[in-house]
Amino acid sequence: MSTTTKLFLQVTACGALFALNTYAVSADPTRYGFGEPASANDLQDFVSSLPDGRDLPAGSGTISRGKQVYDEKCASCHGQKLEGGIGDRLIGGRGTLVNNDPKKAPVKTVESYWPYATTLFDYIKRAMPFYMPGSLTNDEVYSVTGYILSEANILNGDEPITATSLSKVAMPNRNGFIPDHRPDHFKPADKHPRLR
Amino acid sequence: MSILDPNSDAKNTLKIASLVEAEEAFLAKARTNANSVYFSQHPIEPAQPVKGEPAKGVDPLQRPHNRRHFLASVAVLASSSVAGRAIAQTAPSPDGKAPPGAVWRSVPEDATKIPGVAIGEDGGYGTRSQFETEVRWRFGTKTPLSSWSMTPLEHGVGIITPSGLHFERDHGGIATIDPATHRLFVHGMVKQPKKFSMSDVKRFPSISRILFIECSGNGLTEWSKPTLKTVQGTHGLVSTSEWTGVPLSTILNEVGVKSGAKWLLVEGGDSSVMTRSIPIDKAMKDCFLAYGQNGEAIRPEQGYPLRLIAPGYEGNTHIKWVRRIELSDKPFMTREETSKYTDLLPNGKAVQFSLIMDAKSVITRPSGEMTLSGPGFYEITGLAWSGRGRIKRVDVSTDGGRTWRSAGLQGPILPICQTRFRFPWVWDGKEAILQSRCVDETGYVQPTLGQLIEVRGLNGPIGSIYHLNAIQSWKVDTEGRVSNVHYY
Ligand code: HEC
Repeated sequence: MSTTTKLFLQVTACGALFALNTYAVSADPTRYGFGEPASANDLQDFVSSLPDGRDLPAGSGTISRGKQVYDEKCASCHGQKLEGGIGDRLIGGRGTLVNNDPKKAPVKTVESYWPYATTLFDYIKRAMPFYMPGSLTNDEVYSVTGYILSEANILNGDEPITATSLSKVAMPNRNGFIPDHRPDHFKPADKHPRLR
Repeated sequence: MSILDPNSDAKNTLKIASLVEAEEAFLAKARTNANSVYFSQHPIEPAQPVKGEPAKGVDPLQRPHNRRHFLASVAVLASSSVAGRAIAQTAPSPDGKAPPGAVWRSVPEDATKIPGVAIGEDGGYGTRSQFETEVRWRFGTKTPLSSWSMTPLEHGVGIITPSGLHFERDHGGIATIDPATHRLFVHGMVKQPKKFSMSDVKRFPSISRILFIECSGNGLTEWSKPTLKTVQGTHGLVSTSEWTGVPLSTILNEVGVKSGAKWLLVEGGDSSVMTRSIPIDKAMKDCFLAYGQNGEAIRPEQGYPLRLIAPGYEGNTHIKWVRRIELSDKPFMTREETSKYTDLLPNGKAVQFSLIMDAKSVITRPSGEMTLSGPGFYEITGLAWSGRGRIKRVDVSTDGGRTWRSAGLQGPILPICQTRFRFPWVWDGKEAILQSRCVDETGYVQPTLGQLIEVRGLNGPIGSIYHLNAIQSWKVDTEGRVSNVHYY
């Protein structure tokens, strides 16, 4: 059997399966050979980070350099004291997450809520400053990440900020997250509803 | 910036206030438009701010008896074409400007006495009628580059949302991307990293599915008190389209998944370079990369030229403008899956990766701010959907949940898709509380707000923010005015 015929048969078989199952798409075993290999060069500018520091780019920064970057490129939207403006408030809020009061809002910031410091590097690198995303060098991003963490009383000192050091930062709310336990089970409810 | 991240009480109130304002501005216009379900022949001052009982305090004597809203206006247009046309002629566009998505043309006295518009005059791409004015309206954030706009569900018929009315949420504006130069990169824990052009992507065998997408922030203003007035405001972050594209399993098979790969990072090519981690089992099961929406190319604000569709998952995971997929053994813990889109409970713990949208339904007509023209027959209609499968049943109550009767479901009833329900009702002119409650094929019963709050608590004015899927209550007062209330 020629390759073309084989491919044709496999594809037809898959088509029949799709029609039967509207939930899952059945895995298509065919290799079509479309697209081209992506080279290391193609991929070098992409940034993503895992909490253990893998995937973060090379580079390093300092808190003092970070203050300069922040004042120049972030303060206009996030405030001189990181108190927020057009952009989110970045520090404060510890101790506000446990709260059962519908009138009082919890204060969720990098300091009080974010579980991983690597996320901060990743997000600033990809999306900030808001009007010029992707314009900071890796060293600048390490620096400003360090500065925000120091203003949040999470980091201090003159140690260089790097992929390894960020993966070791113990964020205050590191253990604040739980997995999804849903679905909940609700019974058709209540014989005595009223206006609230 | 986002309402989804309340930083202080004052800011929080401010943000919700501006949503209320946006809705009010929209309503003020709609009340003067003959084709709007909110049309009033004698526009009145905006109603009282919605509190527990919004209708109270409005002096009935000041209200015109003859307000033609909702079904009343439809009846006028149908039964008296002359009157209907007279209203329509001037109402949508006294200044000769067409509503968005339409072209203004002069309206003849009698369309049978004069030839119409020449074929091809539209340049080959049709527009909607100049008399149809419903639009998405946007939350007035400080920057329109990170914001969201809502689908006018009250105008919808059937289950498909017109592409131009599909809700949107963007974090860095709407990217403009030339498909000729766009590339999709797939790498990480794969045997052969690859890049695909859009024509490569379109060569693979394709699939189509009609699916809803719902933002998990849909209804966030409604946790602690009824806040927005219309169903567009309370429920407009859900829409349904037919999506066409390539199964992710096909693409993953093409690069060869290495053993141990458990998660995918999917990344957008917009200025927020949006990212979410998706479990690989989900990716292999039913995710796909869509380039088609409702029979044509996907709209720019929906992610042109390529969008991830993750059936039943919260809207934010449906990454738009997809340019890259990276496979890994662990989730990436991106900003959107830590700082946002996590559900903070009163005990200070936040639920993470709450990806599936639970079953939900809402009555879209009659709904908030409409007015019934008088006792008599009305069709109650609305939509139900579940991220876990098909809708099995929808019950409707007109007495605030004391008694329920099942509504008729319009086929086809598709999994992870909106299903339209209908319920015939004769209004006796007395006060009524309209509710709908759905059950999906897993047996999950849509909760009351009270039941949901019992499980989730109220950590602040907008609670745990996301995943509010409670039963909605619309109160009909003795004058037929419909308003948003909490009743459970
Ligand atoms: C032009 C205004 C502007 C500038 C300048 C700016 N930001 Fe932002 N920032 C924003 C907005 C708006 C958001 C929210 C984006 C969204 O809605 O997704 C944000 C979000 C953030 C967040 C996420 C906060 C959270 O809790 O989720 C961080 C961290 C951040 N910015 C850091 C920075 C840093 C560091 C700089 C300087 C290098 C910077 N920003 C410059 C406007 C700005």
